[in-house]
Amino acid sequence: MVPLSYYLVLSGVLFACGVTGFLIKRNIITIFMSIELMLNGVNLSFVAFAAHWHALSGQIFVFFVMVVAAAEAAVGLAIIIAVYRTRETLNVDQVNLLKL
Amino acid sequence: MTPDLHLWLIPVLPLIGAAINGFVGRRLTRQAIVTVAIAFCGASFAMALYVALRFSGLAIPHLETLAPWIRAGSFQADFAFYVDQLSLVMLLVVTGVGLLIHIYSIGYMWEEGGFYRFFCYLNLFMFFMLTLVLASNYLLMFIGWEGVGLASYLLIGFWFTKDSAASAGKKAFIVNRIGDFGFLIALFLMIKHFGTLNFDRVFQFAASMSVENATAGLLTAIGLLLMVGAAGKSAQIPLYVWLPDAMEGPTPVSALIHAATMVTAGVYMIARSHVIFERAPTALMVVAIIGTLTALFAATIGIAQTDIKKVLAYSTISQLGYMFLACGVAAFSAGIFHLMTHAFFKGLLFLAAGSVIHAVGGEQDMRKMGGLWRKIPWTWATMLIATCAIAGIPGLSGFFSKDEILWRAYQASWAYWLVGVVTAFLTSFYMFRLMYMTFAGEYRGVTSDHSIVQEQAPARSRPSAAQAHHGIHESPRVMLIPLAILAFLSIVGGWIGVPGSLGGSNRFDRFLGPVFRATAPAVKPQHAAPGETAPPEQTTEGLESHTGRGTELAFTGISVFAALLGLYLARLLYLRRPALPERIAAALNGLYAAVANKYYVDELYATLFVHPVVEGSKHILWHGMDQGVIDATLDNSADATRHVSDSLRHMQSGNLRSYAGWVAAGAAVVIAYMVWTGTR
Repeated sequence: MVPLSYYLVLSGVLFACGVTGFLIKRNIITIFMSIELMLNGVNLSFVAFAAHWHALSGQIFVFFVMVVAAAEAAVGLAIIIAVYRTRETLNVDQVNLLKL
Repeated sequence: MTPDLHLWLIPVLPLIGAAINGFVGRRLTRQAIVTVAIAFCGASFAMALYVALRFSGLAIPHLETLAPWIRAGSFQADFAFYVDQLSLVMLLVVTGVGLLIHIYSIGYMWEEGGFYRFFCYLNLFMFFMLTLVLASNYLLMFIGWEGVGLASYLLIGFWFTKDSAASAGKKAFIVNRIGDFGFLIALFLMIKHFGTLNFDRVFQFAASMSVENATAGLLTAIGLLLMVGAAGKSAQIPLYVWLPDAMEGPTPVSALIHAATMVTAGVYMIARSHVIFERAPTALMVVAIIGTLTALFAATIGIAQTDIKKVLAYSTISQLGYMFLACGVAAFSAGIFHLMTHAFFKGLLFLAAGSVIHAVGGEQDMRKMGGLWRKIPWTWATMLIATCAIAGIPGLSGFFSKDEILWRAYQASWAYWLVGVVTAFLTSFYMFRLMYMTFAGEYRGVTSDHSIVQEQAPARSRPSAAQAHHGIHESPRVMLIPLAILAFLSIVGGWIGVPGSLGGSNRFDRFLGPVFRATAPAVKPQHAAPGETAPPEQTTEGLESHTGRGTELAFTGISVFAALLGLYLARLLYLRRPALPERIAAALNGLYAAVANKYYVDELYATLFVHPVVEGSKHILWHGMDQGVIDATLDNSADATRHVSDSLRHMQSGNLRSYAGWVAAGAAVVIAYMVWTGTR
């Protein structure tokens, strides 16, 4: 049996990777992937706790998170395509104006 | 039901005049300004005369309440007016002399700038002075008291572009504040212990208290504090220093405020509070001693002054000392009598001096005058009458009032009398010295007035070029008529109070009698001074029986002799042997310098009080407290805020990822804290 703390450490590392990528990367798609990484890090801790406490609510939460992440991916990628079409760049530092 | 005399009109009429001239005077012609000022002042005088006519039909004291003012619990002070014999005398003197001086000012100030301002202030002064005189409680009196101080300040500094005038005004105001401080504390004591400031109630309370012979109690404290106030206003030692400087003001102002009326307010206040003083012999003795010392001290300074107005200023201080001496020996009616005659002859002296200054084109130094009597005969004649009156030449007003004071002083202590006689001699000497230096001999000024004016114009008070070019000339009629009226009053003013010893019945004393005798304490306060002969507040009639007419006549003879001796000496030194004074001055080198420099009192005060206050304020309060603590606290906290904000400003860059970084950092800190607390 793998102890709970292993899962939690892995979850923390994933989350920290996500945060770091979010903060330091400039490419929108990479940032988008970092956000997914954070979400999945959280998902992992949810599942680990659910298994540890034998409580199903954690698992249900994870389903909700996955649904939201899927929806987000759809909308987000659409926005990214729109941004690329108008600005011809994916560098967020050059997309800091609402107006063209 | 007593008749309603509308007493409130008496002070308010000049106030209306002041308001008109003050608000719209700038746009009025000189004639209109004069008409307004004289009309309202004259109306006030007419009202005073009307009150005097109705006086015999009044229940004394006659009280009229105009409106409630302060009602706080049991304490009550109203806008109420109070007329008894004492206020009536003051009322007539103030309005009468005031009106004459208003008329005189027309001629004197005609060429001056700020004409409307002058008459506005003058009327304002009349308002406050009449409020002071008519007030029925100490609080209203205090309003008038402060108000005349304000008017005095404004008028001394009338030529405010001149530095010396502006600082003389400030000096008068500040020195008066010291006196007012004492007055205020006295009022607080009255409120605390009597619960009222209304004259009738205060006097009722005071009359029910016993005489504080052995112990100094409440009444002594109140009396001494009132005396501090009176010393400030009436220029007594140690607060007299402002009055000589006050001569920076226009001469009519010196006549009205600094000779005839305002400076006598202190005497009036002490006479008004006589019920308190009669029961506080210690306070009364202090009044007498200060009065005596001031009379002598100022008279000696007067001898060596060369500025014509300064001589008169010291003479005023000296004569005020006489009045205080009279009050101090509980001869209040004699004090008020001298106040009245003094208002006539000293007002006249100042006005005549103004006429002289006017004639010689702004010169005030007597050493540059001389031989003027042929050129300005009217001024000379009236001034001579006033000089004889102040010197105590028999038959003139000053003789009777001064004689009365000296006689009553003798009954209290021979020391007072002796100093009084010496002062009378000195008075006669310096006044005739002034007369001889100004009017007799040869003209010592520069004959073509052109150069005088050119040279004196910046320093002297009135560089009115228009007059200067005409040479020495008599003043216009509008100035001479008030002189003549005052000269007439200076002659006859004394006859209403001829002392019993001279065959008179002292009507003045009897007229004021009800004010001063009704409340005399049952036990006569023993005067603590040495050589005492009789309790001071017995009536003149009562004294006749056991001191005798002969003694009094002998004393009269001595004071007349002193006056004549002064006259003779002045004649000898300044007419016959003009070189002698300089030799005497040289012989008495140090003493003469001390006297000529006013005993260095101004310098002493500057070292003792002014300098430490200025330096202390500068170094401790300004540099230390204000700049070091208050300003520094504010500046430094503002600086700190600015620096902290400046560094925090960089957080709000508008860059989304840096915000996210702050959020992540904040979350990391929170998590770290939770981990730390959880593992402890």
